[in-house]
Amino acid sequence: MIDDPVSMSVDQTPTEQPRGHIRVEGFGLRYPTLEGEVEAVHNVSLHVRPGEFVSILGPSGCGKSTLLNALAGFLTPSSGSVTVDDEPIRGPGADRGMIFQHYSLFPWMTVRQNVEFGLKMKGKDRSTRALAARTLLGLTGLSDFEDQYPDRLSGGMKQRVGIVRALATGPRILLLDEPFGALDAQTRLIMQQILTNIWQQLKISVLFVTHDIDEAIFLSDRVYVMSAKPGGIKAEVRIELDRPREPSISNTAEFVALRARLMQLIREESLKALGGELNADALKGVSINLAGRDFSQIV
Amino acid sequence: MKPAGLPRDWQADVVVLANRTPAEPLTIETPPPPPPGPTLAVRARRWLDLNRQRLIDTVIGAGAVLVALIGWHLLSANHVDLYVRFENVPSPGQVLDATSRQFSSGAFLVHVLASCRRIFIGFALAALVAIPTGLVMGRYRLARAIVFPLAEIFRPIPAIAWVPISIMLWPTSEESILFITFIGSFFPILVNTLHGVDAIDPVLVRAARCLGAGEITIFREVYLQSALPQIFTGLTVGMGVAWISLIAAEMISGQYGIGYFTWQAYSLVDYPNIVLGMISIGALGLFSSGLIRFLGKLLMPWRAGR
Ligand SMILES: Nc1ncnc2c1ncn2[C@@H]1O[C@H](COP(=O)(O)OP(=O)(O)OP(=O)(O)O)[C@@H](O)[C@H]1O
Ligand SMILES: [Mg+2]
Repeated sequence: MIDDPVSMSVDQTPTEQPRGHIRVEGFGLRYPTLEGEVEAVHNVSLHVRPGEFVSILGPSGCGKSTLLNALAGFLTPSSGSVTVDDEPIRGPGADRGMIFQHYSLFPWMTVRQNVEFGLKMKGKDRSTRALAARTLLGLTGLSDFEDQYPDRLSGGMKQRVGIVRALATGPRILLLDEPFGALDAQTRLIMQQILTNIWQQLKISVLFVTHDIDEAIFLSDRVYVMSAKPGGIKAEVRIELDRPREPSISNTAEFVALRARLMQLIREESLKALGGELNADALKGVSINLAGRDFSQIV
Repeated sequence: MKPAGLPRDWQADVVVLANRTPAEPLTIETPPPPPPGPTLAVRARRWLDLNRQRLIDTVIGAGAVLVALIGWHLLSANHVDLYVRFENVPSPGQVLDATSRQFSSGAFLVHVLASCRRIFIGFALAALVAIPTGLVMGRYRLARAIVFPLAEIFRPIPAIAWVPISIMLWPTSEESILFITFIGSFFPILVNTLHGVDAIDPVLVRAARCLGAGEITIFREVYLQSALPQIFTGLTVGMGVAWISLIAAEMISGQYGIGYFTWQAYSLVDYPNIVLGMISIGALGLFSSGLIRFLGKLLMPWRAGR
């Protein structure tokens, strides 16, 4: 089968037309609450071409998870449309892999059982499952841990297993919701490289949500910056850095310039998200007052 | 078995992998044969090290039991009367005599087997009904809306209070005893199963959905599995209540069983047998909850470290 990760990773030959074209048009989502409907996301349009790596960058609460959940099929758009390869999304399915911010491994399954779960759902036989799991776990340096239960693993390993598990079913797209948010800076860098590596091997379309600017630049072909509530697309930034990218790339002038630009865009939104009238100067005043205060009196 | 924690320099492996350029073709390396495991002596040593505290605790516990036995012996052999009267309380020696007499005649074993059989049937039926009911209630609103109020009304009624009605309901006293055992263990199992389902991490359900799992699979592989620790808590509690209920029922309406035996010994002023009955109940209760714990470990190897 074409969507078999084993043949994809072993043969190294894409046997099919590139696929996994994500298109979001005029997407809006309103949550019903006691105070009436709350508009979480408003008129978002974006796309991810087959094989492209795209990040969504935005302040907390701007609706990044909401958008991703709509793509995964957990939410139905209130307005607009969300399609993958021109098919509207009807509920969750294994053709779209999702990686959650909080580790979502099944604690009662070993690493390998976790990875095999999706293939089992597809009705693959035991040996196919085992081969696929071994290959993918080897790809991410997890071979030695296949019989461990998740609570024995470090955060970075758990998230790698999560990625491998989502990839095992051969999805068309990969959706990641701040997957490395809980990891320390070093592990984060390694994970970014691993993800890039896998993405280049499997040629899969990726939509990656983060609020880490460097992470977005390092990983992506393009970055969408979202505006604060209700979330919309504020800007689209193309990242034209050569690949493969090494961690040291973050010192290059290009990278620094991109970072400055994205920082500016994000800062405006973060300030807005903190509270309408607050501006940068007001914030400065606050910090000075706080610093000038004698805290020993309070304690 | 691998020792706990993170072994070796896994990060080094990862960096090598991460730095591999995509141009380089990917090969599946056959892993080298695992290095020979540590010798038996080394393993025994490690086991001792890992379980030292537990061993010490066991020794202390055994000491406490011994002290209690000696205390009992001193109080009963000297017929102590300190408001609480130990005059008629048989001594450990007398109970031991009674035990050997009972076991040689074989009559006692009939009682033990009768009680065990009742516990097994009553408890197994309770688990068989309560676990699925709890799971379905936790999963489906409608089921919960229907069953929950009923369960809350019946739950506070102690199993013993069911004895009169039970005798009226069932044709034989054997059935009414089974019913009371069933009722006693049913609610702890149901309530704990329900709690287990309520405590499920919704992200796990979503993850399963994203991996293509259907309703039945999610029910079996996610809801049941993640409720399992709580279900076993319920089973342990339920087993305790099952014994309480069973003994009470046997004392009131039984013809065989340890409860009946104990009560009969009291009627016949056969004091050592009363204590024998009591100790047997304790031992059987301990054994059966140990059995459940063992079953739990078997079904939940992933909780081995806890
Ligand atoms: N079930 C809900 N009911 C009402 N409002 C909701 C609900 N879920 C999310 N929201 C609101 O919608 C907005 C967007 O939420 P979302 O979780 O998508 O944000 P986010 O960008 O992922 O934030 P974060 O970076 O903190 O994860 C938030 O303001 C949130 O309060
Ligand atoms: Mg979020």
